[in-house]
Amino acid sequence: MLKERYDVIVIGAGPAGLAAAIEAKKTGAQDVLVVERAQELGGILQQCIHNGFGLLIFKKDMPGPAYAQHFIDELAGLHIDTLLDAMALNVTSERHVYATSRTSGFLELDTRALVLAMGCRERTRAQIALPGTRPAGVYTAGTAQRFVNIEGFMPGKRFVILGSGDIGMIMARRLTFEGAKVERVLEIMPFLTGLTRNYVQCLLDYDIPLQLQHTVKRIIGNDRVEAIESVQIDKQRQPIPGTEEIIPCDTLLLSVGLIPENELSRKAGVSLDPVTGGPFVDEKMQTNVPGIFAAGNVVHVYDLVDWVTQAGLLCGRNAAQYAIAERKHHGRRVKMKAGDNVRYVVPHVLDKESLAESAQRLQMRVTLPIEEPVWVEVMNGEERVTRKTELYVRPGEMVNIDIPQSAYDAVQRASELSVRVVRR
Amino acid sequence: MAHEHRKFICITCPRGCALDVTLEGEVVVQMEGNSCKRGIDYVTGELNDPRRMVTTTVRVRGGVHPLAPVYTESPIPKPRIFDLLAVIRKVELKAPVKIGDVVIENALGTGINILASRNIPVKSEAS
Repeated sequence: MLKERYDVIVIGAGPAGLAAAIEAKKTGAQDVLVVERAQELGGILQQCIHNGFGLLIFKKDMPGPAYAQHFIDELAGLHIDTLLDAMALNVTSERHVYATSRTSGFLELDTRALVLAMGCRERTRAQIALPGTRPAGVYTAGTAQRFVNIEGFMPGKRFVILGSGDIGMIMARRLTFEGAKVERVLEIMPFLTGLTRNYVQCLLDYDIPLQLQHTVKRIIGNDRVEAIESVQIDKQRQPIPGTEEIIPCDTLLLSVGLIPENELSRKAGVSLDPVTGGPFVDEKMQTNVPGIFAAGNVVHVYDLVDWVTQAGLLCGRNAAQYAIAERKHHGRRVKMKAGDNVRYVVPHVLDKESLAESAQRLQMRVTLPIEEPVWVEVMNGEERVTRKTELYVRPGEMVNIDIPQSAYDAVQRASELSVRVVRR
Repeated sequence: MAHEHRKFICITCPRGCALDVTLEGEVVVQMEGNSCKRGIDYVTGELNDPRRMVTTTVRVRGGVHPLAPVYTESPIPKPRIFDLLAVIRKVELKAPVKIGDVVIENALGTGINILASRNIPVKSEAS
């Protein structure tokens, strides 16, 4: 059963979101909710079936799903709410979350602290402007990874992979394991963009050729990819004429970079760094919007999941502390309301503890003039907290009244104080 | 005996140290570039008995997904990877699958078990 208001809501149940939710709960947040788009927790780790995860945090070499399972189990033991198969549609700077799901319908939720953990997504063909026809058989490496590792079908038989990112190299090995032929990995940069160990254990081990400073000049094929034309490029990234090569294949995979996914962050007024593509954050992983935090690949793209987990833990701890302070603060604050013949009162809100230090001055303007003696009264419902007299009041002349320190106890009982100006 | 110089890239951890190794036969006499002592173990292994972790999938009947990811409990000899994959491909499990379930015991007589790396719950009729 979902609540209407949470201490911490986390958007995204990948490694960053799971860690943030767990740590928020452990830090003392009362109600924590994780909103996840997929039908299960774990995020992209569920399709990263290769090992290499957890060396830093668990001192163990784990496959992606096993790494995720550790946190899924921990989450379950902490009574953290989850909302799966749900899309967060909008978040506001006041931390209202609008979401929709097949089981719960449209939801409006409030949270004292919000953690953005939406991760990142892959650059697509459109974003690198690949020339040529638009046949079937062009996929991002991550999409192919999901097909092969979770859904159980092969997207092709003969592959060319553009980009030497980790997902691309890992998919080169994976496709080889499943009987496909990976003809080539092409990298536009003069260096490998993924980890060197993946070059060794994914490409070298299976004699998959890597060509640096090469790219796809053209995709060939009408209904289906039939070949790609590769070309070598110079230091200015210009194609070198005469170096073209036609590589027959039926599928082209793109492993050409990841972009933090920040559409929701923008809606909440979170400022983004044009270099990382993610929010500007402070040492608490708090964005420019108070109470909105961010962690993991939504901030900047990591190469190790262990680091993403660490960022999530840090973020979750701070989000919980923010929520706890907010809750405490909330009970301590009393609203100032304009009563009879008062147009407004400043300050609008008063911290009850402020009276422990000194008297607090209220300033206001009246609505209508009264040309005879009046009481200016501060009321908690029918209980009078303090009053003073004025010989007359006029809208053009500001009225002051001090709440004395002796009213401390009376103010503690109030959730709202009103000020009125009445004839004596 | 003549010394031979060879280069390796250690794959033990994500750091991926570039190793400059001096060999006498198949014995490491000098190594540069390693950040820890696992570099020596790695090169010794590569020279005598190269091994790799293998991760792949097996078919699952009646689960929320048609596949379960599996992995070798410890690295297996590199030349046997494709034999192992052929054996794993023949396996079909029935949901539910639990993380850590032994999918194949003592695969290819290597003494190494093949384990499931996640839970695959039963697919409910409702969904």
